[in-house]
Amino acid sequence: MALLWDGIRQAIALLARGDAEVFGIAVLSLEVSGAATVLALLVGIPLGLALALTRFPGRTLLISLVNTGMGLPPVVVGLFVSILLWRSGPLGFLEWIYTPTAMILAQLIIAAPIVIGLTLAAIQQIPDTFRLQMLGLGASRPQMLRVLIQEARLPMLAAAMAGFGGVISEVGASLMVGGNIRGRTRVLTTATVLETSKGDFDVAIALSLLLLLIMFLVNAALTWIQQRRAG
Amino acid sequence: MGEPRLIPLLLATLLLGLTGGGAAEPRSVILATTTSTQDSGLLDVLGPMFERQTGYRVKTVAVGTGNALRMGAEGNADVALVHAPELEIDYLKKGALIDRRLVMHNDFVLVGAPTDPARVRGLKGRLAAIAFRQIAATKSPFVSRGDQSGTHVKELALWKEAGVVPHGDWYIESGQGMGATLTMASEKRAYTLTDRGTYLAFARRVDLAIMVEGDAPLLNVYHVMRPDPAKFPRINVEGGKSFADFLISPEAQAAIRTFGVDRYGAPLFFPDAGQREARP
Repeated sequence: MALLWDGIRQAIALLARGDAEVFGIAVLSLEVSGAATVLALLVGIPLGLALALTRFPGRTLLISLVNTGMGLPPVVVGLFVSILLWRSGPLGFLEWIYTPTAMILAQLIIAAPIVIGLTLAAIQQIPDTFRLQMLGLGASRPQMLRVLIQEARLPMLAAAMAGFGGVISEVGASLMVGGNIRGRTRVLTTATVLETSKGDFDVAIALSLLLLLIMFLVNAALTWIQQRRAG
Repeated sequence: MGEPRLIPLLLATLLLGLTGGGAAEPRSVILATTTSTQDSGLLDVLGPMFERQTGYRVKTVAVGTGNALRMGAEGNADVALVHAPELEIDYLKKGALIDRRLVMHNDFVLVGAPTDPARVRGLKGRLAAIAFRQIAATKSPFVSRGDQSGTHVKELALWKEAGVVPHGDWYIESGQGMGATLTMASEKRAYTLTDRGTYLAFARRVDLAIMVEGDAPLLNVYHVMRPDPAKFPRINVEGGKSFADFLISPEAQAAIRTFGVDRYGAPLFFPDAGQREARP
């Protein structure tokens, strides 16, 4: 237990000093996971809507795949994205491996199914009759979609939180495709793994606290938006 | 109706399975060692040999050398097999770890992209230091482990010997294990310092060639150490000691000598028990 209390005390001292390297790592985490989440929302919401509102053969299978994808293991994503991006791989010419771009790509793949799945669930919980009524009252299709998104925006904010929480806390994919390069692709989770393996537990605890703080602040902001609109 | 009776039976089996069948659980020995030792596969040979001989179970925790030593010094491991002589002697002096004994050595090699932009292949003289100086002078990319591992500690010692403080865009710190670092060096057409075993295991998958080898500072010497039993009453003193004794026994030393020959055509480790210091 002494280790934990000492660690927390030193961690707070470290954060209070405003260590530039730790700060840079936190900023990169926010940038990478923020970008991945925004992209996942841009891709995921339309796909979730389409899946919710259309009927076609193989739809149930596709939904099962999306649901499976909601729990996609980050290391598996990391492995496949690495293989694609290595110089020997089909996308090697992009030279994305060991860059933040590669990390955003991997995190997008992790977050997109979460957003698709939760959007799908959010839209599906709106009764069909509501939609039919709207069309019956002369609403155009774009108008109907807008109303549906309005109706489902609370659960969709939850999708944003789930997606962001999923990617900022993952370590496997970021480590593999980003490489944990100091000053370039090192994020809070990969840095925590490194500091723990080095035995620098106070730094590891500081990084962990920072990660929790960022997750809390982002979720608090999204919750604030969600509840304000709800009220 | 046999079915209702089946369920308690299944539950009992499950519980017994979880608690180890009720039979006396063999005492375990916690071995703190380095990722490079673990990755080489040597422990997969030595561990079962030791378990057959003594009845102990070995639980291997593979971390960086710095952390392996620390685990031992804090009584979180029963025995440590490590390769960072300077750090080891620090711990020995502090009295945190005792009974330091020479086990074996393998060696480090400087590898790099076959194009060799810093022209370090086949250097004469004090090879390693000169090669490092040239890499820095030409600002050729170099991937460092940056993780306080034994390999990283050795790399830093070589920079020091070369009189260079590595810094800049060309110096990349991966903060990862040897395998991931080799892959990164290959992708970035960079140089890196690696233990021979991991390099041989990855040689077919990476585009890297040996640039410098065989120089005395490149030796990677393994010692076994134990925490001081007087300080940590809860450690498995007997188990830790018997693992240390086992490592320097003729059987284990013979196994070390032949390990890897079938797969790589050359031994990865050279047994040194009883000698004063490892020789190239």
